[in-house]
Amino acid sequence: MSAGEPVPDKPMPGGATGQPDSTAILSVRDLRVDFETDDGVVQAVRGVSWDVYEGEVLAIAGESGSGKSVSVLAAMGLLPPDARVSGSISHRGRELLGMPEKKLERLRGSAMSMVFQDPMTSLNPVMSVGDQIAEGVRVHQKLKRHQARERAAELLDLVGIADAARRVDAYPHEFSGGMRQRAMIAMAIANDPDVLIADEPTTALDVTIQAQILDVLERARQAVDSALILITHDLGVVARTAHRLFVMYAGRTAETGMIDDVFEHPVHPYTAGLLAAIPRLDTPRGRRLIPIEGSPPSMLAPPPGCAFQPRCGRASDLCTKYPPPPLTLVSPPAHLSACHHPLDPQQSTSPLQNPNGEDSDA
Amino acid sequence: MPSARRGGGWRRRWAPARPQRAPASEDLRAPAVTEPAISPDGPLLRVSDLTKDFPVTSRSPLRRPTGTVQAVSGVSFHINRGETLGLVGESGSGKSTIARCVLRLIEPTSGSVNFAGTELTELNRKQMRRQRRFMQIVFQDPMASLDPRMTVAAIIAEPLQIHRLVTNAQDQVAELLELVGLHPQHGNRYPHEFSGGQRQRIGIARALALKPEMLILDEPVSALDVSIQAGVLNLLEDLQDRLGLTYLFVAHDLSVVRHISDRVAVMYLGRIAETGTGEQVYTEPAHPYTQALLSAVPIPDPKQERQRHRILLHGDIGNAADPPSGCRFRTRCWKAEAICAEQQPPLVDPGIGHPVACHFPETARVE
Repeated sequence: MSAGEPVPDKPMPGGATGQPDSTAILSVRDLRVDFETDDGVVQAVRGVSWDVYEGEVLAIAGESGSGKSVSVLAAMGLLPPDARVSGSISHRGRELLGMPEKKLERLRGSAMSMVFQDPMTSLNPVMSVGDQIAEGVRVHQKLKRHQARERAAELLDLVGIADAARRVDAYPHEFSGGMRQRAMIAMAIANDPDVLIADEPTTALDVTIQAQILDVLERARQAVDSALILITHDLGVVARTAHRLFVMYAGRTAETGMIDDVFEHPVHPYTAGLLAAIPRLDTPRGRRLIPIEGSPPSMLAPPPGCAFQPRCGRASDLCTKYPPPPLTLVSPPAHLSACHHPLDPQQSTSPLQNPNGEDSDA
Repeated sequence: MPSARRGGGWRRRWAPARPQRAPASEDLRAPAVTEPAISPDGPLLRVSDLTKDFPVTSRSPLRRPTGTVQAVSGVSFHINRGETLGLVGESGSGKSTIARCVLRLIEPTSGSVNFAGTELTELNRKQMRRQRRFMQIVFQDPMASLDPRMTVAAIIAEPLQIHRLVTNAQDQVAELLELVGLHPQHGNRYPHEFSGGQRQRIGIARALALKPEMLILDEPVSALDVSIQAGVLNLLEDLQDRLGLTYLFVAHDLSVVRHISDRVAVMYLGRIAETGTGEQVYTEPAHPYTQALLSAVPIPDPKQERQRHRILLHGDIGNAADPPSGCRFRTRCWKAEAICAEQQPPLVDPGIGHPVACHFPETARVE
């Protein structure tokens, strides 16, 4: 089911600038990630800061190439060696960047763990599902082989795999796509992580299976009482699952806030544009979509100033010359945006509420 | 975007090709099999009782046939001229197989595909190739369906050459590029120089080169980012208005299908579960599967999401190699009773205005 009302009693200093926030589980400051390629340096992430707090579901949304996955892979220490990472990523006050691999390994799984998009490529095809879960359990907990196996069966049962006691011996190819993703979730929560990171966990799945998996993910999160970072391109999934949202564009945060604020009163032209461009299940034929003109920039040579400016209807000289200002407060508690010419939150009711959207060709 | 004036010219010049196609010899226009004609001059495409079996081979190197998978099991539908039929379903529902069977890119096992009076299943290869001029396909992944070593102009001109319709290739290509919203000067570039959305426009331009009457669109926007998707969907709508095209739109994304379709057919394991106008299927679904499917699609509106009632289906879409007896959805259905295992529910109107293949149909608002 939906994650329900946002956690009310949390301070939400979503501004996330300056010093790492020690009340956060995971605190990212001015994260930059560059990749050396044959064509030059790809600036995948260009100064991103965020915090994840106890018990919250934080969505990081953006289109392909926006840097949403790279920023969490950096947090997990899972980027390839040719990636240049700078800034700060701290887990409960402990700096993770530059931490020796041995120490980081101990944190992976117990402090934070990850569910990937494609379970078929992230599961070992020649090892039974139960053994794979048990292996992860025994890395972090002193359990005998048979105890670990029992624990694996318990976990499979928790994520809704029927007849789990027998299914622990099954191999990944004997599972359907949805079941594999359940197994991945079981593996991810095996060591009671503080924060669960799900990278497009339902993108490869059919919609009825997606509904099941989002449900299981929320159930699993509550079972281990962790926070969840959900990376997705699907704003419907965000609306259904998250408490708080970061919208990324070209390696930077465009807008962030509690989901109700961002969906109802988007102030960054990119967020508003995205919401106007999606066809919705509940709007009948005939409503004209409003595409965002152009396409996302190449991160080899992002445009100077604001990266969204070439596609933006509100852009001025300011936007071509200067990068967008730092995230500034739009409305409390946590609605911020980084734009030279933000929309007025009082007027920017989501374009979705207007059934007769304007014609883009007009 | 090209101006309306230019669009009119395109149509004037290219329209006269149409009458040539009608087979003079015999009148195949007599209303066919199961469905009544809806538009006065009959539907453009009528598919009746279409089935497609794929052989299943053993895993041994000999690959002996061990059985069949029925990907499509007796599907009938029609599309009127100038209309969009959305064929929607999850993976394994048979929707893409239908799209390919209509063009005979895959040979149907049985059934009839009647396009503007011509029975396509009876044509020989040469006749069929000629026929494809009037019905073209756009694929999901433009990167995989465009030859990376050909210039865009060569890609778009290729169908014209094959069908010997080249008069002035350069002008024809420029006109097509402009028609799909690309720079006419960009014809000498290669596919990799374009973005995903532009590549899909190239795929559409290639499909339009032969002035077809119908486009079969197989997941045409699924590989695109949402900000790009909208532009391609708008383009498809504009082209339909201006050129009077008929679309068979195959997709898994229910929101996209609702947006673009006049009528919708919901597929489950090789059969149509429910069909009707977009309004009927989306606001008064009567098949439990349609209801579950619609309730599973998240809406980008947090307040609304919190109020929605969600029907969670258990299990996966069944195995087409060994489908459940009777109603194929019964293994996941909360309404299933004995009769569902015994009898296949026919696709008929239970008195609600549109056909549903269910023993216990019941309209319900999902939103």
